[in-house]
Amino acid sequence: MTTLIDKRGPSRRALLAGIGAAGALLVAGPAVMNPREAWGLEVTNLKPETMRTLIIMARDIYPHDRIPDRNYAVAMKPYETGASDPALKALVENGVATLDTLAQAKHGVPYADVGWEEQRVAILQQIEGGPFFEKVRGGLVVGLYNQEEVWPIFGYEGSSADKGGYIDRGFSDISWL
Amino acid sequence: MAAPFDLNDDSLVVIVGSGAGGGTLGTELALKGIKVVILEAGRRHNMEDFVNNEWESFAQLAWTDMRTTSGSWRVHKNFPNLPAWIVKSVGGSSVHWAGASLRFQEHEFRTRTVYGDIEGANLMDWPITLAELEPWYAKAEDRMGVTRTNGIPGLPGNNNFKVFEAGAKKIGYKEVSTGHMAINSQPRHDRGSCQQIGFCFQGCKSGAKWSTLIAEIPVGEATGNLEVRPECMVLKIEHDATGKVTGVVYVDGEGKTQRQKARIVAVAGNSIESPRLLLNSASNMFPDGLANSSGQVGRNYMRHMTGSVYGIFEKPVHMYRGTTMAGVVRDEAKFDSSRGFVGGYEMETLSLGVPFMAAFLNPGGWGRSFTSAMDGYVNMAGMWLVGEDMPQETNRVTLNTEVKDKNGMPVANVHFDDHPNDVAMRNHAYRQGMAMYDLVGATRTMPTPPYPSTHNLGTNRMSEKARDGVVNKHGQTHDIPNLFVSDGSQFTTGGAENPTLTIVALALRQADFIAGEMSKKTI
Repeated sequence: MTTLIDKRGPSRRALLAGIGAAGALLVAGPAVMNPREAWGLEVTNLKPETMRTLIIMARDIYPHDRIPDRNYAVAMKPYETGASDPALKALVENGVATLDTLAQAKHGVPYADVGWEEQRVAILQQIEGGPFFEKVRGGLVVGLYNQEEVWPIFGYEGSSADKGGYIDRGFSDISWL
Repeated sequence: MAAPFDLNDDSLVVIVGSGAGGGTLGTELALKGIKVVILEAGRRHNMEDFVNNEWESFAQLAWTDMRTTSGSWRVHKNFPNLPAWIVKSVGGSSVHWAGASLRFQEHEFRTRTVYGDIEGANLMDWPITLAELEPWYAKAEDRMGVTRTNGIPGLPGNNNFKVFEAGAKKIGYKEVSTGHMAINSQPRHDRGSCQQIGFCFQGCKSGAKWSTLIAEIPVGEATGNLEVRPECMVLKIEHDATGKVTGVVYVDGEGKTQRQKARIVAVAGNSIESPRLLLNSASNMFPDGLANSSGQVGRNYMRHMTGSVYGIFEKPVHMYRGTTMAGVVRDEAKFDSSRGFVGGYEMETLSLGVPFMAAFLNPGGWGRSFTSAMDGYVNMAGMWLVGEDMPQETNRVTLNTEVKDKNGMPVANVHFDDHPNDVAMRNHAYRQGMAMYDLVGATRTMPTPPYPSTHNLGTNRMSEKARDGVVNKHGQTHDIPNLFVSDGSQFTTGGAENPTLTIVALALRQADFIAGEMSKKTI
């Protein structure tokens, strides 16, 4: 899955471009980048700004402060790939445009630049249950939590039969009861 | 050596489905010297092929062919095309089950008598009693190697069980244990003992858990009397001018339509596909579907009252380590209408991995409330609540003629609404489950809504009189003497207990009946 994400350093232009509530997520040419996490994601089917907003939206839907942006980007990558389908592309581009319109009306900035998570969540609540929101959330709940890379953050150990099960690895090691 | 039988061999018993009902029936008949073909829609996997990864395993095993839903149940909203989480694979849902093997209680065979007339419920006494089924339960327990029967010790308790047990004791429950499980606690019947792998729902990779895939079908095949044909989807059961069934039409793995002749047909496709097949087999003689003179085929769909409680504690639990269903509390399984509902429920430990927890903890949920719960995953303990739900005529499997499968057959629509008794029982169970965890120091408890149904029951119910149901006390259809139903769709009512042991006991009893009738040449 990491092959979907190119590691590249930040360009000067990128560093100058997007400083806002989006944290370390920048748009640089045809890519979304996170210099701090040292990755960049080439965006060809969607607008790069749309991809950046999707990644922020993903974190706002399932905010885990210990999960880096890259895992949200991996979870959102299928929307970029899938946007070769005009119907999905329209759903996503129009959905993000709606988020930006709602954000501009309330805060005078695009969604990605709204400062507080709860302010962005209030915007998401306005589109909750709609086809765009549910498409993103439905894909994300699998695409984020099914990444083996995030499992240790939750203390989940994944596959066990290949390690002989837990019979000798703590299936009954609880000591605080 | 697995037997290959001819398509034109009309001396065969043909069974549709290879799960707890069909796989057991086919094996038992083969052991009695009767020639059997089992047609199974799914593929055949070996236990080495099972995957310790929830979504990957779901893709490998789950029945994901199109189905539709309706009704007020939340599954319709969150999982509109996945009414049931059951298996399409040789071994059926016995590959995926957790192993809990509890006998029905005596009164659960006569709920109409004991519970009385409950408004909106289509309660009926079974045409058999516990006493009649007891010898078959005993045989099933021995065959499946159920712990705490036949001198087999219980399984050791894992972390999830220890939290559960501590809570149960604090609340004052007396009947808490690691249960009656068809999982070897010591080597038995050529299968090893449980390695506490977890992933019981994903197919047991050590073979400690009983399934028809590893524990029955190979035994049947070794007799030379049983042939299992995977990837064969039965479309229709055919009959002759006298109304007796003559065989089945199916599509094989290469997409070719075949016709297998039969002396007897037994339907064991679980409670959604079995009525669907009977309804899809409608003919000029039987315009409402086979065995449906009562109009009860597809009706009284039951899914058990279910729900889960997860608790988050200050310190780690690692609930996913070891057997998924690691223990049971039975104190609430009794009949005690002072609680505000009839019937009872079992409390059983349950764990999900991170991927499925995210999907099922609060389907559709998002935001900090949801993710802070997920952040507590390692400190989480979990239990499943499973109790008797009320049969209702309007809860039913019907044909959705608007939606066709790849063979052009109408798919099943599953309609379900909770009965007020189900709601009252679920609320009681949530309260008790949350109290158990609170008493051992939970900082947060969560009542989780029912998952897509794993216990699908009742859509071809057993009845004394032909006008009241689809099959008689032997699972033989009232209308057609050489057509049988051999799965949980026979259940007149659901009981509080996990259904597999009862399905196996009924299948063993039915095999005895079929063999007897065949030798008497009555069918």
